[in-house]
Amino acid sequence: MELDPLFLSRLQFAFVIAFHILLPAFTVGLSSFILLLEGLHLATRDAAYLRLSVFWTRIFAVSFGMGVVSGIVMPFQFGTNWSRYTDATGNVLGPLFAYEGLVAFFLEAGFLGILLFGRKRVPPVAHFFSAAMVALGTLFSSFWILAANSWMQTPAGYEVIDGRYVPADWMAVIFNPSFPYRLVHTVVAFYLTTAFAVLGVTAWHIKHRVHLHEAQRALKMTVIFIAIVVPLQVVVGDLHGVNTLHHQPVKLAAMEGLWDTQSHAPAVLFAIPDEAAERNRSEVSIPTLASYYLGHSADTVVKGLKEAPPEDRPPVAPVFFAFRGMVGLGILMLITAWWGLWLHFRNRLTESRTYHNVCLAMIPAGFIAVLFGWTVTEVGRQPWVVYGLMRTRDAVSPSLTGTDVLTSIALYIVVYLIVFGAGIFYMVRLARAGPPEHVDVREPNLDERPARPLSGAHVDA
Amino acid sequence: MAVDLVPVWTVILGVAVFMYVLLDGFDLGVGILAPLAPDDDTRTLMMNTVAPIWDANETWLIMGGMGLLAAFPLAFAIIIPALYFPILLMLLGLIFRGVAFEFRLKKTSHRHWWDAAFFGGSAVATFFQGVVLGMYIQGFTVTGRVFSGTSFDWIAAFPIATGLGLLFGYTLLGATWLVMKTEGDLQQRSRRWALVALYGVLAFIAMVSIWTPVLHRQIADRWFSLPNMFYLALVPIATAAIAFATWRTLRGRADYFPFIGAMGLFAMCYLGLGISLFPYVVPYDVTLWDAAAEPKSQAFLLIGTLFLLPIIFMYLGWSYYVFRGKVTADVGYH
Repeated sequence: MELDPLFLSRLQFAFVIAFHILLPAFTVGLSSFILLLEGLHLATRDAAYLRLSVFWTRIFAVSFGMGVVSGIVMPFQFGTNWSRYTDATGNVLGPLFAYEGLVAFFLEAGFLGILLFGRKRVPPVAHFFSAAMVALGTLFSSFWILAANSWMQTPAGYEVIDGRYVPADWMAVIFNPSFPYRLVHTVVAFYLTTAFAVLGVTAWHIKHRVHLHEAQRALKMTVIFIAIVVPLQVVVGDLHGVNTLHHQPVKLAAMEGLWDTQSHAPAVLFAIPDEAAERNRSEVSIPTLASYYLGHSADTVVKGLKEAPPEDRPPVAPVFFAFRGMVGLGILMLITAWWGLWLHFRNRLTESRTYHNVCLAMIPAGFIAVLFGWTVTEVGRQPWVVYGLMRTRDAVSPSLTGTDVLTSIALYIVVYLIVFGAGIFYMVRLARAGPPEHVDVREPNLDERPARPLSGAHVDA
Repeated sequence: MAVDLVPVWTVILGVAVFMYVLLDGFDLGVGILAPLAPDDDTRTLMMNTVAPIWDANETWLIMGGMGLLAAFPLAFAIIIPALYFPILLMLLGLIFRGVAFEFRLKKTSHRHWWDAAFFGGSAVATFFQGVVLGMYIQGFTVTGRVFSGTSFDWIAAFPIATGLGLLFGYTLLGATWLVMKTEGDLQQRSRRWALVALYGVLAFIAMVSIWTPVLHRQIADRWFSLPNMFYLALVPIATAAIAFATWRTLRGRADYFPFIGAMGLFAMCYLGLGISLFPYVVPYDVTLWDAAAEPKSQAFLLIGTLFLLPIIFMYLGWSYYVFRGKVTADVGYH
């Protein structure tokens, strides 16, 4: 069998970005949560907030370090494996990537040291400021990288000179049609991913009757947050979908599993898309519903996959199923959020063991939903690397052989399994150990707290 | 646009890459020296000297890479695929080095494993950065706008020699950093490590200085033609002077000078490299001007860079200031 450098390069990119995105999905939200806890501690002088902040900062340190090292891999991928894409788009996308470094990475890295190691060296306000800069850095990073990603989805503000894309209007490049929707949808998704991780860890502490004082407070904060933000995300997601309908109709048709252009378009609940026959098998659908939620009228015409010739269509099944996975997890999140709110109003939030088990089970929900969403948007963009302009198969580095890429992907898989396996193991240990009993903000204190056995853990009922 | 921004971007990118080499250079050097620590506490202390700042230092690598992509996209599109395996292995090395900071502090039975990862990651990343340097001096096979060599061009005597040379170079930076940041027994050990590294560095500087003009006629012409030879001779003379001063202060009591001297040696080598290779950004086919991005792209990024770089230097400076002075055993984690 001939090893195809194009296919293997795609596989490699999918692999390294799938692992990498799990970390910003967690750290973007967690840095803001830490900032909130630090701010509440400064404002109320309540030490429970400080203990929670120290607890989550330890987990943040592990995840952020993994995010940095897996993130450095990403920009080099563009050069090593996708050099023709870089040559064609460098004039437009290069400055966006560089701005991410200048605006975001330096800000995060510059203040991370003080956030992690500086509590005893700087005044509390300066430490709070550092936490704010780290949180801001993660948001700036999301801004620039999603601007670049969105340009690949809905390119704008460029002209073509000698087959290369050259900026004509920078505002149009950055604020391209899908960017505002993708930015909000993604950042909200990252916040929710963090919230469900915090919710699950907190529920675990309550379930095991440890760190009750802090855990009860964190549980209440998190439940109120998700009860408001999950429904918000449903609205944002719907708006993002309508934006896709206008700018990437073929992707939307794949998401919806619609082959024919039609008004009164059905919402396909389940089907097995058959690309060869250009139809769905075993379809279960609700008539006219898709036209309603996409255009708020039964007469809304939704374009089908057949509008595009087969060579311009994405692989339908992965997009179709990933979209259903994302929406399904969204529904589970909504149920979890509102159930929690109902328990909160009935003052049963800390009692319901069933609910705590559900929260525990929902820890991975946000991470998996992010991966599904990423699959929808990136596989849905195929066969283009820049939508409608440049095909993925024209982007790969010409000097690579299949063996080269097979070797590199094998090494990435081995290293990532070791590093991510260990990282998750250590984060779970830290999560179980729970908040410290005492945080010293002035006196030097070397004892690198060993994970306490649970039997000896502090119980504060 | 009338103003030629290529010289400005050449300087900015040159500074970014040099910042990376100096700053992550001493971090990686500390990693290479870690196995020589007499005991576990000393090793923790060595790592604590760089733990709060390694991430910021490594950020210059992204800045160098992304700056190259933004300002000279054609150079990025040719050089990076040409360095496929050196870059891959460097990145994997940096991954192990980076996570080891956090992972080894979680007291478990795998601690020695992460100690090995810290050393191995640092050494592998350093070696392959040296290989990249050697490949760069060796030059790339280019056809049209694409790299047309193979992914194994790095397996050659010169890149492997520069890889070994950089191991000594970063070890010198790391050891002199430790001389500056520590006291007592560890400082004395660091002085001895630095001396050994200094001898290695000088041997490799001499070797590369002879090998490079032999490898490339145009580099020989640049250095050894008149009148160039008169003022370019200042570079080797300054290098020798800095080397001597570093050697003297390492054998004496000065805490700070050896590190400054080591940085000076790197600056001289970097300057020499620039003199040899100018005006090529992809030696010896594509010049800085051939590879330059559209003026509109260079200008758009320049506006923000000129505004942001001073701010970045300010807060990075503050971070270094917060963690200034000797690192002692009671400087805790988190």
